[in-house]
Amino acid sequence: MRALKLLALLPFAAALGGCDFVVLAPAGDVAAQQRDLVVISTVLMLLIVLPVMALTVLFAWRYRQTNTQAAYDPEWDHSTGLELVIWSAPLLIIVCLGALTWMGTHLLDPYRTLGRIDSNRPVVAQDAPLNVEVVALDWKWLFIYPDYGVATVNELAAPVDRPIHFRITASSVMNSFYIPALAGQIYAMPGMETKLHAVANKPGSFKGFSANYSGAGFSGMHFTFKSLASTEFDGWIANVRASAAKLTRADYLKLERPSSNEPVRKYAAVDNDLYKAILNMCVEAGKMCMSEMMAIDAKGGLGHQGLNNTLPLTYDKYARRGAPLGPEPTYVAGICSVDELKGRTSPDLAAPLDMTPLRGIGLTRPPFSPANSSTSLLLGQRQKSDS
Amino acid sequence: MFDNPALIKAIFGRLTLESLPLHEPIVVGTFAVVALGGVALFGAVTYFKLWGYLWREWFTTVDHKRIGIMYMILGIVMLLRGFADAIMMRGQQMLAFNGSEGYLNAHHYDQIFTAHGVIMIFFVAMPLVTGLMNYVVPLQIGARDVSFPFLNNFSFWMTVGGAVLVMASLFIGEFARTGWLAYPPLSNLGYSPDVGVDYYIWALQVAGIGTTLSGINLICTIVKLRAPGMTMMKMPVFTWTSLCTNVLIVASFPVLTVVLALLSLDRYVGTNFFTNDFGGSPMMYVNLIWIWGHPEVYILVLPAFGIFSEVTSTFSGKRLFGYTSMVYATVVITILSYLVWLHHFFTMGSGASVNSFFGITTMIISIPTGAKMFNWLFTMYRGRIRFELPMMWTIAFMLTFVIGGMTGVLLAVPPADFVLHNSLFLVAHFHNVIIGGVLFGLFAGIGYWFPKAFGFRLDPFWGKLSFWFWVTGFFFAFMPLYVLGLMGVTRRLRVFDDPSLQIWFIIAGFGAFLILLGIGCMLMQFAVSFLRREQLRDVTGDPWNGRTLEWATSSPPPDYNFAFTPVVYDNDAWFDMKRRGYSRPLTGFKPIHMPSNTGTGIILAGLATAMGFALIWYIWWLAALCVIGLFVVAIGHTFNYHRDFDIPADEVVRVEEARTRLIAAGAK
Repeated sequence: MRALKLLALLPFAAALGGCDFVVLAPAGDVAAQQRDLVVISTVLMLLIVLPVMALTVLFAWRYRQTNTQAAYDPEWDHSTGLELVIWSAPLLIIVCLGALTWMGTHLLDPYRTLGRIDSNRPVVAQDAPLNVEVVALDWKWLFIYPDYGVATVNELAAPVDRPIHFRITASSVMNSFYIPALAGQIYAMPGMETKLHAVANKPGSFKGFSANYSGAGFSGMHFTFKSLASTEFDGWIANVRASAAKLTRADYLKLERPSSNEPVRKYAAVDNDLYKAILNMCVEAGKMCMSEMMAIDAKGGLGHQGLNNTLPLTYDKYARRGAPLGPEPTYVAGICSVDELKGRTSPDLAAPLDMTPLRGIGLTRPPFSPANSSTSLLLGQRQKSDS
Repeated sequence: MFDNPALIKAIFGRLTLESLPLHEPIVVGTFAVVALGGVALFGAVTYFKLWGYLWREWFTTVDHKRIGIMYMILGIVMLLRGFADAIMMRGQQMLAFNGSEGYLNAHHYDQIFTAHGVIMIFFVAMPLVTGLMNYVVPLQIGARDVSFPFLNNFSFWMTVGGAVLVMASLFIGEFARTGWLAYPPLSNLGYSPDVGVDYYIWALQVAGIGTTLSGINLICTIVKLRAPGMTMMKMPVFTWTSLCTNVLIVASFPVLTVVLALLSLDRYVGTNFFTNDFGGSPMMYVNLIWIWGHPEVYILVLPAFGIFSEVTSTFSGKRLFGYTSMVYATVVITILSYLVWLHHFFTMGSGASVNSFFGITTMIISIPTGAKMFNWLFTMYRGRIRFELPMMWTIAFMLTFVIGGMTGVLLAVPPADFVLHNSLFLVAHFHNVIIGGVLFGLFAGIGYWFPKAFGFRLDPFWGKLSFWFWVTGFFFAFMPLYVLGLMGVTRRLRVFDDPSLQIWFIIAGFGAFLILLGIGCMLMQFAVSFLRREQLRDVTGDPWNGRTLEWATSSPPPDYNFAFTPVVYDNDAWFDMKRRGYSRPLTGFKPIHMPSNTGTGIILAGLATAMGFALIWYIWWLAALCVIGLFVVAIGHTFNYHRDFDIPADEVVRVEEARTRLIAAGAK
């Protein structure tokens, strides 16, 4: 049996030779530091795991029933000294590992701006980071380059040795943005923004994908990350700019519909506020942006009158929304129109300054009538919307 | 009359002929096999006129031993289903290379990995763990039954009800396509409008109620029904770990119930707890489900730790080393298991301080766990180790679990988790601890207590064959996944585009095949043991030279467990009794007060399951009827005054004399 097991290990050894252990041999400084932590923690733990495994085998062999030479002490069940050792040895390892964890977690916090390009070069003032806005769609990735006004689908490029600042969100469900060669992953979530700072140190093409299952087209939801020399990157941008396509809000609403195994697309121009609108879930015309809603709420909200500021939902990506026993689905109507927000390039939408008319003071409440909810009670699912 | 669609909808909800997956040949084939098997079983039971026997002696029983056995049967049956899912996934991932789509479409594949996770945790590991606790704990503490025997029966049937709903989803409609924890927004109505997530919700709600009640029952049993002299620090370690596990169940399952209730409100009445819009927060769901989900892994593994303690001590012929530190380690793990849930989603964007806090609390758990490992090691030290099957499983556990523990601590380092989260490395890790820890422990426990439950040992030949297939199969199936994880391969993928990965999936598939042989040998072991039961017979009630009270009574134990409640003076109560020259009392028997069987549990659980089915398919009238039925039956049961009876002294005398004769015959 033992010889068989050894033989069985052969294909492992053969297979190990031709593999790309990207997690252990990444191309970016952040991922390399994460790899170092993986290796150091493993070695630290092996300090205790290996002796335990060896002792298990040794004791099992030495104290087997047939070995009558070995000591037999059936009543021996306590030793204060030994207990001290068996509690303190793991404790010591965990103290070291804990310290390492605390430092590593803060140092490699994806939200923290980078302090170094690689182990020898600190980031200097002229290394302005490349901003990339990432949107996880069903089931493809949209990358917007606000510094260049272009966008791509399923292809990401960045110059070598230049810090990259990703802002990440999603259009519908949770995904995880992950380029193993570059840096660890972070979730992409609708209506929320996560951040990731990274830098690539070697040129090349690397795989990026969603690392959180997101539905039927999940397997095809990958993209290429191109780490390019600075001049090549300029060429790449020029190539994107040469494309005929533009990404407007209307185009985005078509793009965000579920589709899988999408080809690479390039957009020479992109709506300035598109990312902000996606993040605040108000790409559809007339819908109130989350940032606006939060700003209103922060100032006390719209009160009872605000309850009526909803309109029947007409836009659905998948099936008709709305629960069988619930009211008709609605959305909150925008008060500031999208046009007003246009042209404002500050990274965060500020709250409207004058709140008085929005409170609805002096306005009458329209009557409350959920549309057709009585019929939906018995008859199950509604028809799918045709919008 | 049936040409009125509104009426048909009112009667059948959204259940239509199209709901039957007739277009999926794999499902149709499975259905044919299951249906044939079901018809054969049904026919056999009818032919041999066993329905009455099954109803009176098993379905309505309140005897903790029979309920324990039924839990084990449920767990093993569901293991076959869960494993069928596993091997289908392995097959798909082996084939889907070089442009091939494999043989499963996304709709089917996504259901399979969801069902695999749900079934293995809720309907394999949980019933097996609960079954062993149910069977063993009352015997170990010298009790005649659990505190609430009827509740025990009801809990069991609720678990079955959940399993029935999951199985029904295979043939009527579909199961969830969300992953086993059904994260919103994907599990919201907007993205999963079909019945899959509703099956998930109601299966877990129905089974979850059973689990919670069984947890309350066992806590009460352990706290209140211990034999005289058995102080807390004289309880067997398995009873201690069971106590801690049930505390975890009672404290964590309500969280699951609430979070699923909130999700169902979102799905049924249009609330916005976990939606993207209207202030809902999917992140809250992720937090809540893991506040249940992390304790859940300790719910599974603590009883396994208890089993290893009993087995190591018994088969080393030695007292357990460091009993006190073992107990404290268990309690510390119980408490800490509530302080680590966030390590399941370091990548959700919590700050560095929050992440490090939860990372470090997670690592701290490895200290008591490590102490336990050393305690088993030093129990073996200066012992006389008999390598019976349970002990073999224990050694295999010690060698595999430390690897899983090590990768677990590695994943608790947040920056390391950022590169390994959701990868096949993670999948390898949790299978490493759940198979290497929980399942090996359960197998050790089954081998160890089987002679107690049935009066004959398990056949060692087929057992050892099964052992070797399982252990080598495990390494073949999961070591490649560690490697793939380090190559940056994520989980739940259906097709691959990098052909260099294929060899690893083939090795993993080969491992799954070995495990299949292991399961086959295990079933064979049960069959062979049954056929050879006369040769394998245990007449003493104490086949392993055991140390705890369950070995003091006969195998299988009489309905009343102990004719006289034993008195305890030492940790290893039975070993202590034997050492001091205990002789079985043969006279002075008194009538024994016992609970009566009742059919209320199975009826209530049946109604709850039907209600779940009705709510899944929007058949509102049926759901309403079931709710009314539940109230009527539950209130009706309170008027049942025939809840108990006395086993007459003559009957006790007869049973005990039979045992005396058996022991005498065995001694010859």
